Amino acid sequence: MEAKKIGCYICTGCGIGEALNVAALEKIATKEQKLPVTRTHPFLCGAEGLQMIRDDMANEGVNALLIAACSHRVKTDEFERFNTPLLDRVDLRDKSLWVQDISSGNKEAKEDLQMMASDYLRMGSVKLKKMNAPDPFQDDGFSRDVLVVGGGIAGLTAAKEVAATGYRAILVEKSAELGGMVGRMHKVSPTMPPYRVLEENPVPGLVATVEGESRIKIYKNATIQSTKGAPGLFDVEIKNGDTVHTERVGSIILTTGYNLYEASKLDARLGYGSSPDVVTSLEFEEMAKAGQLVRKSDGKPAKRVMFSLCAGQRDANHLEYCSAACCTYSLKQALYVLEQFQDGAAFMLFQEMRTPGQMEEFYRRVQEEGGVIIKGDVEQVSKGASGGLSVQIHDKLLRGKESVDVDLLVLATGMISTVDTQDPNKPSPVGQVAEETAKSVLNLEYRQGRSMPELKWGFPDSHFICFPYETRRTGIYAAGPARRPMGIAETVTDATGAALKAIQVVEAVAKGAAVHPRSGDLSYPSFRREGCTQCKRCTEECPFGAINEDEKGNPLFNPTRCRRCGTCMGACPQKIISFANYSVDMIGSMIKEVEVPPADDEKPRILVFACVNDAIPALDMVGQKRSALSTYIRIVPLRCMGSMNLVWIADAMSSGFDGILLMGCRHGDDYQCHNVRGSALAEIRLSKVSETLNRLQLESSRVKMVEVNIMDADQLPTIINEFAEQIGSMDLNPYKEF
Amino acid sequence: MAYDLSFAQDVYKNSEMGHWIKMCKQCGVCAGSCPLGPHWEYSPRQLFQLVRGGKKEEVLKSQSMWMCTSCYNCIVRCPRGLPITHIVHGLARYASVKGYADPNQVTNRFATKIFWTNIVSTGRVGEAMLTMRLYFVDGLAAGIQRGLEMKDSALGMLMTKRLNPIPFRGKIKGYAGFAAMIAKAQELEAKREAGA
Ligand code: SF4
Ligand code: SF4
Ligand code: SF4
Ligand code: SF4
Repeated sequence: MEAKKIGCYICTGCGIGEALNVAALEKIATKEQKLPVTRTHPFLCGAEGLQMIRDDMANEGVNALLIAACSHRVKTDEFERFNTPLLDRVDLRDKSLWVQDISSGNKEAKEDLQMMASDYLRMGSVKLKKMNAPDPFQDDGFSRDVLVVGGGIAGLTAAKEVAATGYRAILVEKSAELGGMVGRMHKVSPTMPPYRVLEENPVPGLVATVEGESRIKIYKNATIQSTKGAPGLFDVEIKNGDTVHTERVGSIILTTGYNLYEASKLDARLGYGSSPDVVTSLEFEEMAKAGQLVRKSDGKPAKRVMFSLCAGQRDANHLEYCSAACCTYSLKQALYVLEQFQDGAAFMLFQEMRTPGQMEEFYRRVQEEGGVIIKGDVEQVSKGASGGLSVQIHDKLLRGKESVDVDLLVLATGMISTVDTQDPNKPSPVGQVAEETAKSVLNLEYRQGRSMPELKWGFPDSHFICFPYETRRTGIYAAGPARRPMGIAETVTDATGAALKAIQVVEAVAKGAAVHPRSGDLSYPSFRREGCTQCKRCTEECPFGAINEDEKGNPLFNPTRCRRCGTCMGACPQKIISFANYSVDMIGSMIKEVEVPPADDEKPRILVFACVNDAIPALDMVGQKRSALSTYIRIVPLRCMGSMNLVWIADAMSSGFDGILLMGCRHGDDYQCHNVRGSALAEIRLSKVSETLNRLQLESSRVKMVEVNIMDADQLPTIINEFAEQIGSMDLNPYKEF
Repeated sequence: MAYDLSFAQDVYKNSEMGHWIKMCKQCGVCAGSCPLGPHWEYSPRQLFQLVRGGKKEEVLKSQSMWMCTSCYNCIVRCPRGLPITHIVHGLARYASVKGYADPNQVTNRFATKIFWTNIVSTGRVGEAMLTMRLYFVDGLAAGIQRGLEMKDSALGMLMTKRLNPIPFRGKIKGYAGFAAMIAKAQELEAKREAGA
């Protein structure tokens, strides 16, 4: 590759030119940093300014750009369209000028701002010097085919959508027929306006479409024996009887649907098993489909039917969660009764009626038709005087126990996950293959275990705020009730969304790019094998299971599984993991480039590591609001707190920084970390930092980590300024003198 | 047996606005909104559930529907759009027709005697007389006491011309037409109730 030639462009617009001594900045660029081309422009993001940069690239051989203007989060259309991967933005405005109050004309304030801007320019310059153009990962064997596991309505929809977009799908169904749970239903609740009428079961039509589609290959009676590889390169062994077929696919959609909670495990008060007239909603559905709405005990028409909603759901002894679709399907079944019998009666015993999406309309319809809702619980079921059942209920509104005679009692049992999941914090030890369970769906050959990391209650984890279909295994998407309980309309939307994500990932892989959250990032981690001590920290900590191990314990990176979070880089005690455009050395050098004033100046310096996903946007908002931040701080954006390597703490302390503030995303149960575990791992690493500090004979209170979310802009000035005050009140770091 | 739906069906059909009762989703917003709620035996939503639950005696003997002051708070807030105020009044009327209402119940007596006589005899409400009759409904002593308690309000109303101290005498213009209208309405109602 041709030699790097850096051009430094300093914008003097937006008040930068008035507030700063730009000539002094230019001098830093040319004399101190020895950058070959340095220019200023009063309106760098304007056509003329941009043309100036383009001309330098064309005529001066400039191929790396240091743009000293505003935050890297603004003017991206202007500044990120140059034909070079080597670019860094120095923020002289949003996180410098705008957070420093120089309105008083106070000389010291102006000097402080000048020092801040100078440091940021130095840091940017050294960052760009250490940056290399990423060489995207490529492989001749990339596949663009999509594997869909599970042939119910979610899987059928996903396969259909994949094929309709022009890609090939491979659909694997465990049973002999496609159709799944919804295929067994009589009718379905409304999926389209006016959301009031029962719809014909869409599954037979969908099955015909899928079976007639040449771009879809179907395996029935088949299970997945193993899944090796990575996005673009998954090798899947599909077991069909005694034959094993191997398919190479680019991405995977998990649409294995749900199982129903076993009614026999329910509390005895619900009477399941005590009379044939107590049935589950699935049994009732099949009765309706067969045109047999009758008492099972004596075959008389079932005209009075009671539905007990939340049969085990939202109950700590059974399923702790709401299964989201049962209120709706009970309403649907009530309508079966009311539509079939003029003198029919349907009673719905509920805790809260939950009708997500447009189902409130359907709920109204069922009430208009005479469906009766009752807030209460079943207490006891016994034989009715004239056959059927006498159900004793606790009616919360009628203030007491009531007996209701009905022909059938239908229990709306809840959905349970069919995805094989594992506690993400306890990945199976090296070499140990997780036991095959009935649920084992993909049998991943991943270092971190064969199952999908779990969020809660057996459902697979995803970044539920930003990337809901994503599981924590890149290129594998869960949709429909395999992801979380949901109804039919939502499942169809979900499966369509997952199909598009599955296509997006194979296309990203083909370019060698990350899918998300760092969409388009062409870099990926590499490691220096000679330095590796086989400590396995990287393979254990990667939140996405991207790294396997060889027999000796050396990491084996799977670049297409990688989300470029840098957690492995932060974890590595040998500091041998790096990216072309992000490394331990790069950040370390930026830290060392800051000019720390001598102790006599009494100007402490605080290093702020801020996550680019939440903390940096929040800091930009502080700037937009023109709130003042301490002049002591120097901000270093990190792509994820997980990439924070402890050596930087030591680097900063030995460079004379007086305090270090780390701002990562919220972690724990309701985490907001884009890389799921990054900020949590950083905190764990930091807990060991006091050792380092003790070795340097420094107080551990000099280092502090805070959780910041994007909405916290209002709190940031207090958080930062109080920390700065605390550091200011301590003795200065004695290492300044060395 | 609870939830025998025949009573509910009769209410849906024959009580004014009664058919709306099936649409109540038991959210409790009306109960929480009614300024008189705490004093009711049954809140509107309970009353509605009693109807649906077939609790005829409890509903019709209840004082609850006589307690409504027509403030319309509940109507404004009901997410299902039930005309609760009107349903409640309808239930009161339904209870009277069915012979359950106590004629001496204060609201009943006020509505059917004092208010009715006052308006029907002249064709409009005569506030002074109406107020007086209401105050003295429990006898002279109680009436005087009530009047004294309310005298500041009464003075305020007089000053702001909200109360005409001179009783309205005579009849409105076109009283004959008014009387005919009332007679026709009564006839229609009687017919409907006979059919019920
Ligand atoms: S959807 Fe309704 S019945 Fe199902 S668990 Fe939730 S509240 Fe209970
Ligand atoms: S960068 Fe992140 S996702 Fe990629 S291998 Fe390292 S820890 Fe795993
Ligand atoms: S506010 Fe309306 S829907 Fe809610 S309980 Fe009252 S009447 Fe029923
Ligand atoms: S209109 Fe009647 S029922 Fe409704 S809030 Fe007012 S007093 Fe209560």
